[in-house]
Amino acid sequence: MDLTLKVWRQKSANSTGAFETYGVKDVSEGSSFLEMLDTLSEDLVEKGKEPVAFDHDCREGICGSCSMTINGIPHGPEKATTACQLHMRHFHDGQTITIEPWRAKPFPVIKDLVVDRSPFDRIIQSGGFITSRAGSAVDANAIPISKATADYAMDAAACIGCGACVAACPNASAMLFTGAKVSHMNSLPQGKAEKDRRTLAMVTTMDGEGFGGCTNVGECEAACPKSISLDMIAHLNRDYATAQVKNFFKPVA
Amino acid sequence: MNLDSKIPEGPLSKKWSSHKFNMKLVNPSNRRKYKVIVVGSGLAGGAAAASLAEQGYNVSCFCYQDSPRRAHSIAAQGGINASKNYQNDGDSVHRLFYDTVKGGDYRSREANVYRLSEVSSDIIDQCVANGVPFAREYGGLLANRSFGGAQVSRTFYARGQTGQQLLLGAYSALSKQIGLGKVKMFNRHEMLDLVKVDGHAKGIIVRNMATGEVSRHASDAVVLATGGYGNVFFLSTNAQGCNVTAAYRAHKRGAGMANPCYTQIHPTCIPVHGDKQSKLTLMSESLRNDGRIWTPKDAEVAAMIRKGETDPNLVAEDDRDYFLERKYPSFGNLAPRDISSRAAKEACDEGRGVASTGLGVFLDFRDAIKRDGQSTIKERYGNLFDMYQCITGDNPYQTPMMIFPAVHYTMGGLWVDYNLQSTIPGMFVGGEANFSDHGANRLGASALMQGLSDGYFVLPYTVGNYLGEQGVAAAGKVTTEHPAFAEAEANVKARIDKFLSIGGTESPRSFHKRLGHIIWEQCGMARSKEGLEGAIKDLQALRKEFWTNLRVVGDADGINPELERAGRVADFIEFGELMCRDALMREESCGGHFRVEHQTEDGEALRDDENFAFAGVWEYKGDDVDPQLHKESLIYENVKLATRSYK
Repeated sequence: MDLTLKVWRQKSANSTGAFETYGVKDVSEGSSFLEMLDTLSEDLVEKGKEPVAFDHDCREGICGSCSMTINGIPHGPEKATTACQLHMRHFHDGQTITIEPWRAKPFPVIKDLVVDRSPFDRIIQSGGFITSRAGSAVDANAIPISKATADYAMDAAACIGCGACVAACPNASAMLFTGAKVSHMNSLPQGKAEKDRRTLAMVTTMDGEGFGGCTNVGECEAACPKSISLDMIAHLNRDYATAQVKNFFKPVA
Repeated sequence: MNLDSKIPEGPLSKKWSSHKFNMKLVNPSNRRKYKVIVVGSGLAGGAAAASLAEQGYNVSCFCYQDSPRRAHSIAAQGGINASKNYQNDGDSVHRLFYDTVKGGDYRSREANVYRLSEVSSDIIDQCVANGVPFAREYGGLLANRSFGGAQVSRTFYARGQTGQQLLLGAYSALSKQIGLGKVKMFNRHEMLDLVKVDGHAKGIIVRNMATGEVSRHASDAVVLATGGYGNVFFLSTNAQGCNVTAAYRAHKRGAGMANPCYTQIHPTCIPVHGDKQSKLTLMSESLRNDGRIWTPKDAEVAAMIRKGETDPNLVAEDDRDYFLERKYPSFGNLAPRDISSRAAKEACDEGRGVASTGLGVFLDFRDAIKRDGQSTIKERYGNLFDMYQCITGDNPYQTPMMIFPAVHYTMGGLWVDYNLQSTIPGMFVGGEANFSDHGANRLGASALMQGLSDGYFVLPYTVGNYLGEQGVAAAGKVTTEHPAFAEAEANVKARIDKFLSIGGTESPRSFHKRLGHIIWEQCGMARSKEGLEGAIKDLQALRKEFWTNLRVVGDADGINPELERAGRVADFIEFGELMCRDALMREESCGGHFRVEHQTEDGEALRDDENFAFAGVWEYKGDDVDPQLHKESLIYENVKLATRSYK
């Protein structure tokens, strides 16, 4: 199939970007969206022009590197699918596709489709861990965990940290990302000791990084390539309220 | 080149504990005076950086991705082995050790493998304590499954995303230390050279891939945990960024490279669809627990399936050849990876392959769904089935999956001693980047085990021992002002300028594809003397062409994917030649290395223990000089060498 691409080009963080229009020819239905962009890159290189910069690595939907908004939807039109796992059979010959970076103030553009997602790392650094020094652990079966709890923790832990939730949210809120990590760790018995401290610290960092608040729009869940549920935000709110009340009477950290 | 493996004295089961006792300790208040550089943030690098920081050392950690959470360990699906014997099915430290040595086709070092097996239990404890949500039974205890090549259920898993969950566990431990200021994290940084002072590793030169800045970093020890070199094949299951550059740069600075020809071709990948393809996708081999692998007995039926003239579900039971079950009745579909891959290739070579290209075999869940019900199969493999459907457009609940072998893992790597120290003092190598534990073939679910073993439980001890031996007076003595740093930095910059100034007509990707084609054809699943000799000549010609006809657009001042790829491909071309030399030298077939000249009458690998029970370690001698081979003899005191049989 032949396609017309409108791609966001931006030289650097400080320069002004704009859409450029390119044509790509003979795209096979079986190739992935990023392979289609590879073809564009090769065409541009052939003409001595710089290829489009975009983050990508594993190309199997798990590393969370790829981050582009395709026709207005983070990761494109397929539900629960990252851009790297989106295949061209979902597009048709002659179609025009608009490709732009995540649009969110806390994720500034570095170049073309590449954004800086380090605020996510800093949210985790402030509390998204269960402290356990290497060598200090008890036997893995010492604390039984019900299958339902383990499954719930796994549902939450499936987040790949790509940032689509933020890009999809009209408030650029990171509540789904933060909620998923809080729900994963707070629900496990091993995570209970640091539960309140973790919740307060992560929310404080999240706010400090400039992410907006949640107004229950639900776009994040719809855009999430791993189908992380809005329940995780409810869980975060619940744990945050509890931690604040406890902290009011007696500091939790 | 000194290849003293430093295996501790004493019986196998006491070696690690007595070695730990004999190590030099560094006083807790002195640890903050030392700095350790860790390159790579996957299971080995991330866990090592976090654990060294927990002990009190100052750590700088580097990764090329935009976050340490994205290292390619994340993509491992199936699971992690541990000799817990939670299933009461006869597993033990010794059995895991034995299976790993046997699975590696008797080309690994006994003492290292035993230690790996010994600490495997601690890894599971550590991961659970870190919040890794492993699969559990209704009673609340950990679930296990049997996995590629094992007859006990010792594999722990988190759905089909075990690597992701283990990596996020290590990442969270690392993140805590970053938050505390004990680890300084450098994202989007690529190591381009190693700096040696008085023969010891004392730092690295890196390029900030976002700004283009080249900078120097000094330390008291360097840990490389930079992964494998599977992308030398261009098409592999590795992530796009995986590369050999850090390891190869260290090799050029004097680190021995061991067994580069040992590469693993994984049997269960999605077949190639076309020439624009950028990578191959692995389907976890846990699928082989329930899926049955077959092709039609008759090549004509296979041809009809290829053309879409008949439906595989219509092929009668008697017309199907379940070739693994037929050839290896006791292991069946769970036969180890090298054996399964070769069997699939044979079936396709006989014209019985499916998929449009003829390079594919079926992995069929019809019987499992009939036996256990679709919901059970969905519970076990749901995400893998979804992934398959997403990529191919076929529904594997209704029509059998198609699979074909693809490059997946590399057992070879930088040579290390028992302490995981390379031939350069002060430079340690962990995870897939080293050569130590898997011999000529890796068993399923053992890569995650080795990465975390090195990172959590070996390197934190052995790096500390090295620092203790150097003494606290040496801590932080070498700074980036040392002339060795200036020399290395100048080299790196000159190389970047060279890439940008060649001004030829061919892109780095195009060279990479050509390289991959040569390696896959001549140094892939079957290798021959003639083919390898031809490949070496072709690669030398390719190298010459690369350095005269490369075109890199853009500049060095910021993100430039073309420049990044150019540097990696330049190293891959040289490394590919080394691989072929190694394969040519090894006149036997073992594990992932199959020389067509060395096979039994029924096509099985023929090892030569008398002449080749050694690790082949190559020393770099100059760009146009042949590398020198050194040998570390592999001595088996506890395992009897036998022909590996899975029949």
